[in-house]
Amino acid sequence: MKRFFMFFITIIVCFLLQSTVFQALSLAGVAPNLLLIVTVAAGYMYGRTKGIYVGLACGLLVDICYGDIIGLFGLMYMCIGYLNGYAHKIYFRDDYTMPIILVSISDFLYGFFYYVFLFLLRNRLNFFFYLRRIILPELIYTVVVSIVLYKILHILNVKLERSAHKEV
Amino acid sequence: MRRRTRFSLEPKYILAICSVLCIILIFVSVRYEDKIQPVKNVVTGVFTPMQKGINTVGNWITDKMELLKNIKDLQKENKELQEQLAETTYENRILQQEGYELDTLRDLYELDKRYPSYPKVAATIISKDTNNWYSRFVIDKGSDDGLKVGMNVLAGNGLVGIIIDVGHNNATVRSIIDDANNVSGMFLKTNDQCNVKGNLELIDNGMIEVQGIDKDAKVKDGYEVVTSTISPKYLQGILIGYVSDITLNSDNLTMSGYLTPAVDFSNLTTVLVITELKEALY
Repeated sequence: MKRFFMFFITIIVCFLLQSTVFQALSLAGVAPNLLLIVTVAAGYMYGRTKGIYVGLACGLLVDICYGDIIGLFGLMYMCIGYLNGYAHKIYFRDDYTMPIILVSISDFLYGFFYYVFLFLLRNRLNFFFYLRRIILPELIYTVVVSIVLYKILHILNVKLERSAHKEV
Repeated sequence: MRRRTRFSLEPKYILAICSVLCIILIFVSVRYEDKIQPVKNVVTGVFTPMQKGINTVGNWITDKMELLKNIKDLQKENKELQEQLAETTYENRILQQEGYELDTLRDLYELDKRYPSYPKVAATIISKDTNNWYSRFVIDKGSDDGLKVGMNVLAGNGLVGIIIDVGHNNATVRSIIDDANNVSGMFLKTNDQCNVKGNLELIDNGMIEVQGIDKDAKVKDGYEVVTSTISPKYLQGILIGYVSDITLNSDNLTMSGYLTPAVDFSNLTTVLVITELKEALY
């Protein structure tokens, strides 16, 4: 239950930050994708099931507030959460490099599929331009932010686990 | 750990169920757009006040960044005007902050004079689309202030975009530089029609596309493009921008070129919404 509330609040805070403060802090015309980091962290720390739920929640939130088509982002974030859940098997508490690698791979996949679904289908064929202009800068910025954000999420997780142990 | 009797399911089945759910949602939202609107209104209605609050922090940061830029400019001046610097830096900083505010207000006032016949409402931008691919933003006025889908949005001295979604206290605006946006325009001097199209590939050069100009049209670089009389969505005669690099297409029937928007989209904070719909004028 506590974990549920933690994720609920984290998702809302990240969504608010991503749509306001980080848009003002955007570098090279792109803002970091905080919700993706939360999804990856959920999958990596808690496994596939949690990854699916958190991804779905993040995606639907973006869809409802900004999308024309409801469910597309939900599907994308959910798959990312699910795939990152496989990495839960090699989850190690003090490892901070693995989540960064996972975030970079996930963000690349996210950008690539976004391009395919919403740009390629509208006959925008110049993939390398979009790669250089949006996908790579967003990836780098997201990875840099994820170093800090993952650490915060991780600390929260450890605290929650400790309090859960105390209760037993 | 607390022990709970729980109904457990393989993750892959959960994924399958949720995927089907998403696909149904995609179908429903495309097919029955009106039915989804109340849900959207509730969610955006909850988030808008929060975003409004946090956005003051965002604006504060942008203000500080502006200030840093000003300081850099002043340092350049420093080398040329060593003696005057000490006094000027201090004065300048305060004056520039006030001047910035004055400029925005003056721009709005001028704009008000330029398009006098349309009733307008001023609104502040409170958040931007979370992904980096489209240029959409949310303003702090909604259906409570009389806004409707399809109303035109202005800023500076030209067209910014159109409202595509309205909640009770917020509205989403799709700007003309958005990759999915089209405006039918017209050359002010010659009345030749054209189609102005947002393009992500050209945004960095500060331009968007112009297509479908008749090959016999006597247009030159630098001509003003305004919204067309035949456009069903945009009120006529609003300045869009200035055309450049017109070339004849390989089909030998139409010409196309680039357009520099009249509005500076990078530092947009306040916009004006025309509270009159084009449809109502027919």
